[in-house]
Amino acid sequence: MPIDESVRKAVLGAVPSLRAFAISLCGNVDRADDLVQETLLRALANIDSFQPGTNMSAWLFTILRNHFRSEYRKRRREVEDSDGHYADTLKSQPEQYGQVEFREFREALAQLPSDQREALILVGASGFSYEEAANICGCAVGTIKSRVNRARTRLAELMNVHSAEDFGPDEQTRAVLAGGE
Amino acid sequence: MEAAARKKTNAKPAKLGREVQARLGQQLRAMYDEVVGQGVPDRFNDLLNRLDGNGNKDRQ
Repeated sequence: MPIDESVRKAVLGAVPSLRAFAISLCGNVDRADDLVQETLLRALANIDSFQPGTNMSAWLFTILRNHFRSEYRKRRREVEDSDGHYADTLKSQPEQYGQVEFREFREALAQLPSDQREALILVGASGFSYEEAANICGCAVGTIKSRVNRARTRLAELMNVHSAEDFGPDEQTRAVLAGGE
Repeated sequence: MEAAARKKTNAKPAKLGREVQARLGQQLRAMYDEVVGQGVPDRFNDLLNRLDGNGNKDRQ
């Protein structure tokens, strides 16, 4: 299967963001990388169904998301409740997700229902529009908007943040640093 | 984070202040970008090289 150079570039270019999304879905770096690998294999095997000129990244996200839904969630439900298990995974392996500094935030994120979490990540972190996120998740734009709103509200509740002052001094410093873009 | 917070789910959510939303958004992006900043692990370059090299032996 010779890979067209432009396809190769687009696919590899999407990998960092696909990994970040996959980690947010399954909460574990190793499983996330497997998920990304399976996504790339599927995408390249079906590259003919990709419409040139459309957003390759959104197409890959859709494949990853659907694959995760059909395979990983099924598998995990056999073990135990998915969201509870996800939260436990994060707590037991904080170093796998990244550094310890976003721990409180990560734990709150892990407690969101998975449809709210994925909507929030796609719109708030991956940089997709509401329309693109709706296409990726196969639902209406209004549904994505309401999931994102509920996710934000719930996150603030979980972190017990009601006003900007509720962010500790550390968080405030970090927010300033992170906001320097 | 525990029972008390969970109970609130049923309450009508208050509108979040713009600043709180902005702060939460910054944390979310910072966490996400930490992974993005790791770039492309070798296994994915290797994978594409392997697939590309298999062009003539493609059995599908």
